[in-house]
Amino acid sequence: MAAHLKKRVYEEFTKVVQQQEEIATKKLRLTKPSKSAALHVDLCKAASPADALQYLLQFARKPVEAESVEGVVRILLEHYYKENDPSVRLKIASLLGLLSKTAGFSPDCIIDDAINILQNEKSHQVLAQLLDTLLAIGTKLAENQAIQTRLVEVACKHLTDTSHGVRNKCLQLLGNLGSLEKNVTKDAEGLTARDVQKIIGDYFSDQDPRVRTAAIKAMLQLHERGLKLHQTVYNQACKLLSDDYEQVRSAAVQLIWVVSQLYPESIVPIPSSNEEIRLVDDAFGKICHMVSDGSWVVRVQAAKLLGSMEQVSSHFLEQTLDKKLMSDLRRKRTAHERAKELYSSGEFSSGRKWGDDAPKEEIDTGAVNLIQSGACGAFVHGLEDEMYEVRIAAVEALCMLAQSSPSFAEKCLDFLVDMFNDEIEEVRLQSIHTMRKISNNITLREDQLDTVLAVLEDSSRDIREALHELLCCTNVSTKEGIHLALVELLKNLTKYPTDKDSIWKCLKFLGSRHPTLVLPLVPELLSTHPFFDTAEPDMDDPAYIAVLVLIFNAAKTCPTMPALFSDHTFRHYAYLRDSLSHLVPALRLPGRKLVSSAVSPNITPHEDPSQQFLQQSLERVYSLQHLDPQGAQELLEFTIRDLQRLGELQSELAGIADFSATYLRCQLLLIKALQEKLWNVAAPLYLKQSDLASAAAKQIMEETYKMEFMYSGVENKQVVIIHHMRLQAKALQLIVTARTTRGVDPLFGMCEKFLQEVDFFQRCFIADLPQLQDSFVDKLLDLMPRLMASKPAEVVKILQTMLRQSAFLHLPLPEQIHKASATIIEPAGESDNPLRFTSGLVVALDVDATLEHVQDPQSTVKVQILYPDGQAQMIHPKPADFRNPGLGRHRLITQVYLSHTAWTEPCQVEVRLLLAYNSNARIPKSSWIEGGEVSPQVETSIEGAIPFSKPVKVYIMPKPARR
Amino acid sequence: MPEIRVTPLGAGQDVGRSCILVSIAGKNVMLDCGMHMGFNDDRRFPDFSYITQNGRLTDFLDCVIISHFHLDHCGALPYFSEMVGYDGPIYMTHPTQAICPILLEDYRKIAVDKKGEANFFTSQMIKDCMKKVVAVHLHQTVQVDDELEIKAYYAGHVLGAAMFQIKVGSESVVYTGDYNMTPDRHLGAAWIDKCRPNLLITESTYATTIRDSKRCRERDFLKKVHETVERGGKVLIPVFALGRAQELCILLETFWERMNLKVPIYFSTGLTEKANHYYKLFITWTNQKIRKTFVQRNMFEFKHIKAFDRAFADNPGPMVVFATPGMLHAGQSLQIFRKWAGNEKNMGTVGHKILSGQRKLEMEGRQVLEVKMQVEYMSFSAHADAKGIMQLVGQAEPESVLLVHGEAKKMGFLRQKIEQELRVSCYMPANGETVTLPTSPSIPVGISLGLLKREMAQGLLPEAKKPRLLHGTLIMKDSNFRLVSSEQALKELGLAEHQLRFTCRVHLQDTRKEQEMALRVYSHLKRLLPTLRTQVPRCCWCPGPTRMRNWGASLPHCSRRVSPRPLSGHTTHPGLWLCLATVPTRTWALTSAL
Repeated sequence: MAAHLKKRVYEEFTKVVQQQEEIATKKLRLTKPSKSAALHVDLCKAASPADALQYLLQFARKPVEAESVEGVVRILLEHYYKENDPSVRLKIASLLGLLSKTAGFSPDCIIDDAINILQNEKSHQVLAQLLDTLLAIGTKLAENQAIQTRLVEVACKHLTDTSHGVRNKCLQLLGNLGSLEKNVTKDAEGLTARDVQKIIGDYFSDQDPRVRTAAIKAMLQLHERGLKLHQTVYNQACKLLSDDYEQVRSAAVQLIWVVSQLYPESIVPIPSSNEEIRLVDDAFGKICHMVSDGSWVVRVQAAKLLGSMEQVSSHFLEQTLDKKLMSDLRRKRTAHERAKELYSSGEFSSGRKWGDDAPKEEIDTGAVNLIQSGACGAFVHGLEDEMYEVRIAAVEALCMLAQSSPSFAEKCLDFLVDMFNDEIEEVRLQSIHTMRKISNNITLREDQLDTVLAVLEDSSRDIREALHELLCCTNVSTKEGIHLALVELLKNLTKYPTDKDSIWKCLKFLGSRHPTLVLPLVPELLSTHPFFDTAEPDMDDPAYIAVLVLIFNAAKTCPTMPALFSDHTFRHYAYLRDSLSHLVPALRLPGRKLVSSAVSPNITPHEDPSQQFLQQSLERVYSLQHLDPQGAQELLEFTIRDLQRLGELQSELAGIADFSATYLRCQLLLIKALQEKLWNVAAPLYLKQSDLASAAAKQIMEETYKMEFMYSGVENKQVVIIHHMRLQAKALQLIVTARTTRGVDPLFGMCEKFLQEVDFFQRCFIADLPQLQDSFVDKLLDLMPRLMASKPAEVVKILQTMLRQSAFLHLPLPEQIHKASATIIEPAGESDNPLRFTSGLVVALDVDATLEHVQDPQSTVKVQILYPDGQAQMIHPKPADFRNPGLGRHRLITQVYLSHTAWTEPCQVEVRLLLAYNSNARIPKSSWIEGGEVSPQVETSIEGAIPFSKPVKVYIMPKPARR
Repeated sequence: MPEIRVTPLGAGQDVGRSCILVSIAGKNVMLDCGMHMGFNDDRRFPDFSYITQNGRLTDFLDCVIISHFHLDHCGALPYFSEMVGYDGPIYMTHPTQAICPILLEDYRKIAVDKKGEANFFTSQMIKDCMKKVVAVHLHQTVQVDDELEIKAYYAGHVLGAAMFQIKVGSESVVYTGDYNMTPDRHLGAAWIDKCRPNLLITESTYATTIRDSKRCRERDFLKKVHETVERGGKVLIPVFALGRAQELCILLETFWERMNLKVPIYFSTGLTEKANHYYKLFITWTNQKIRKTFVQRNMFEFKHIKAFDRAFADNPGPMVVFATPGMLHAGQSLQIFRKWAGNEKNMGTVGHKILSGQRKLEMEGRQVLEVKMQVEYMSFSAHADAKGIMQLVGQAEPESVLLVHGEAKKMGFLRQKIEQELRVSCYMPANGETVTLPTSPSIPVGISLGLLKREMAQGLLPEAKKPRLLHGTLIMKDSNFRLVSSEQALKELGLAEHQLRFTCRVHLQDTRKEQEMALRVYSHLKRLLPTLRTQVPRCCWCPGPTRMRNWGASLPHCSRRVSPRPLSGHTTHPGLWLCLATVPTRTWALTSAL
């Protein structure tokens, strides 16, 4: 019963708020008539068409409310009838279209007028604009069948107009509004049964290329709206492929693609022969042909579409890579000659040997076909294209096709490898990524690997890292291949020492994928000798570590391998297992017992005991309410400790454990600060404990910001709780200040501010209030009217009691939550050599960091430099400095400029990463602020920043400038 | 009968001394004016006496067009203009105009100074000749005179190479010069719009070749050079000064940049430096990559490639040297070759004897040079292959094709292919042989807008490409043609309108009443011919034998207007004769369909 009553209270409560909002909209209504009236006056005043046009242009800049749209439209129409100047009429027509798009306005009242004025209009431009307006109206009233058919009628009537603009718009109208079911209203009105497709199809052969394009686009629009296109469209579209105009060809290619996806299995005849093939194959051939079109726009279009044609027969697909139908020699090659396959290319000049282009074998000249019909060599052409846009599109298409067809993947490998040498870096990068994506389907041959590895010397870091990623998931066929890869990677390491981590990681995967291939290489790699002891290698050598990483990862699945290790290898293993545990796996070594391995990974999450433990400890906390303060504190402390430890042990639960622990810590701080005995002390003795309380308040605030912004996956219901906690902290702050400051004036302002905050909270989370039963805010809102009226001292008193009485809200846990984290890889902070530079000038410091689970890092992540004198500097990295190597992961590679006045000796500066936040951005935009007037700065401004990486110290030394 | 005549003076079934005469609609144009590498006598230049025995050539030629700066396309130009005598305009693109005199001067030096030839053109002649040059931009339509116009298209091949469209009225010829359909490291691919010329004159150097992807070649080249350099060897790359040399330079330069290599690259000095200067200037003629990045850095401002000094050849350590000439028969490349040939670490790229496997060479002074260095041959040719040629023909859609600049046997193959696959007639004349192509030039006729609009309003079907019939009068007045409406024609000619009447007699045996009969016939006709305005026939009694006419079969073409007028006259006769008048009001097409 009590609950029921409570509910009613809430219902009433929400009602009140809604009324408030209505009042807000009512306010606007007062200003409404003035706008249309002003327009009317302006238009009447206008002496010349130019003036009228000016007024209209000015008018168009301001938004119009839904209620006054109709009035404005009437005025505009009235003026329209009187106006002789077509440009003014044009503007009015366009305004009508704009106005009819206004949200909340139903344009069916102006449709008659619009159609009416359309009938009497002579100017083609105005006609076109009016049709555009009708289109806007029609799209708005998409459900009204009668209006749709009526508009289609109008469009059909104007299709015969002599101006291309009008025909364009008519076709657009047909495409957007043409009825989709053609057999529904056949008997009702004979005219509505028009076959829109047929009408549009007739305009495929219009004399104006723009109209042809519009017709194809309209057809595509129909398809997008869900109408099944007839197969006859295919033949019409094929004819348009040889159109003189590129936009027509480009649209036609799209249309062909659409039809080929609709009717992939239909059979079409091949002209000039009796054979028949599947439609999708035919379309594929035709689109392939367009890859060598004269216009690059069409080429890009065609190359892109090729990628999504997965139903194509495999022999058609493979033809795309085969340029040389003339030579049979290629197919005859044996595995031995395969390595040479890249260089030799049949009887044509490969440019390797003098005279190798002399025909080796007479070919029947009659059998040679120079313009191959169909797919032949499409990709060969596309990948060699002049424009890099086409090349990228071709690589992407290759990637998509290869993912769906393993045999094709094998075949396209040579071509992809060739693309690694493209002149444009983007293309190279794209092809490396593509290769990585299809790497499950392929095994690299040695000569291909050789070419791939040659790129490791590329000076671009992106390319090298992409290549490392590629090597991580590549299958190598021979042990020589592994050896080659290792040698090249080590070469890379010496040339670019900064690639260390990436190379180690790469070798880790290379080792674990190819244990059997690594096995025979072990003695050579470790340079062990059957009789002699060899010198112990240097443990700090990154190259040696790289070799060990490869071997240890291979040894994981190859139990015979440890037998080949020498003594120092075992020692090094133990060392590396500790220092680089993410790279070196646990090994079952002879004579040693296995280091306690982690929980076996095959337990599903819900059975996971640690998950259960987490749940239990959180549930335990819910009983907090009933405990005495001392007990509550202890319980919280224990739980926080448990959660933290759990987070350390179980990385997948780290986010959730940390999140809850932070929340509990806030609660703990709050409880501590409110401890009764402290507050009963007389005023002068407050100083010490108020220190504690205000520190607690401050810390709670910080923690709540962390909770809100450092975790990805936080949902609205958590945000409410977090804000609620923050509100409590603010209340605490207010109480502490009230106690410590003398005089009422400053307090007055603070009270006001606090009450505003409460109001703000209420506005933002109105929907979530019911779940905050019994909480601080709940009580506060009940007493709101009283608080508003009372004096600051009273307010403080009320707050204090309420804070103490308020219940502990428990935090619902989100499904997926991850804590944002960052690690600075570079600068490493190990160097003893200070970075010297002349004071007053700048020095560039390379910063390289990985970010995990950061949403929108481009706008939030900042770099902070702390100088020893306490000076802090915040640097905003460029958006281009962020790379996105994987889901939820980001990489920041940037340069930070340091400068300072001269120092006497080198000193350390701290570099760290900050996560900037702005709590206002989360709040939905208030509806009563008129659109467009919100300054964009509000959104980008930074309210505060949370450090989220370990600081790194950099040793620097600004020298005084020499005179 | 109008026709286009083409006579190759050079490059007909041959490579070298390109020179093709084209006469089109009374205009004579000479395409290219090259020399032949293979001859040192009179045959090295085209036989200009074919054009005229005596008298200046200016009277016989309207213009000369040079496609690009290679000597086999422009080598005979000073001889032709200064020694034979030609004062008309010579058209070429800006880069060609800039680089051409450098090559001509070099050619002159070798011929006169080295070989000691007399009666050769002088430096002054080159200068005078270049003064007659008119430079053109890409896609700029240049009016040579009132009727003749030319337009240049991008051709790849070398810097400034262009294809030219020559157009008189509606007749046009496209000459490709040398072109390349695949882009390379410094130039883009040839491109032409669908200009549908009457004749396309195309080179056919690689008529029987389909080349492999250039990427393999490039990668191969880079890998070899890189390996040799890493081993500490020296690389000698003999090149011709212009064209391919720049491509290879760019290739190596970008590779060095990418791979962070520090090994020096040298380029033998001399004419290359001047030419490189022009390459830096004509950025708009290069490929996408260079055009896009030149704001940051002009790719032709090499960072790693420096000028070569003779003394550098003895420097220890690895290096790469580009040296001229490309055939390794003389000059710097030979000198360097001699120095380096003994070391197996080194690598060189050309040399015919060595390529054929010879390892011991006899030099001047009976020294025997043992070649221990590795020798590789790499072809970086910038001509279109068979597929490329077909692609270009497909792009331009000509009525017929003419092949030049290739070997007869290979041309034969390509010709057969073109005729078979594109169904376009194809010619391959030898030098001095004339090909005559009949053309049917279209004659422009002016039409009054009023008439056009009226006719447009009648037929509403959007069939743009089908011919349509329309009524009008063609007026031919001092060599211009106009199509006007008949009323206006009558007015202009001061003639009165004539009216013709068509009648037709049908003999019907029927016993019903005349009026009733007439109505029945009327309704029948109305049903049969709904588009015709049919009048209710009045009956008339006509004596004499029946004359039957076929419906609308022979309507006289001169008829202007046929007014429907009822026929009159009554006679009493047992047989009933009906006279029907039907009036064709739509179009001729409809009436004749009856």
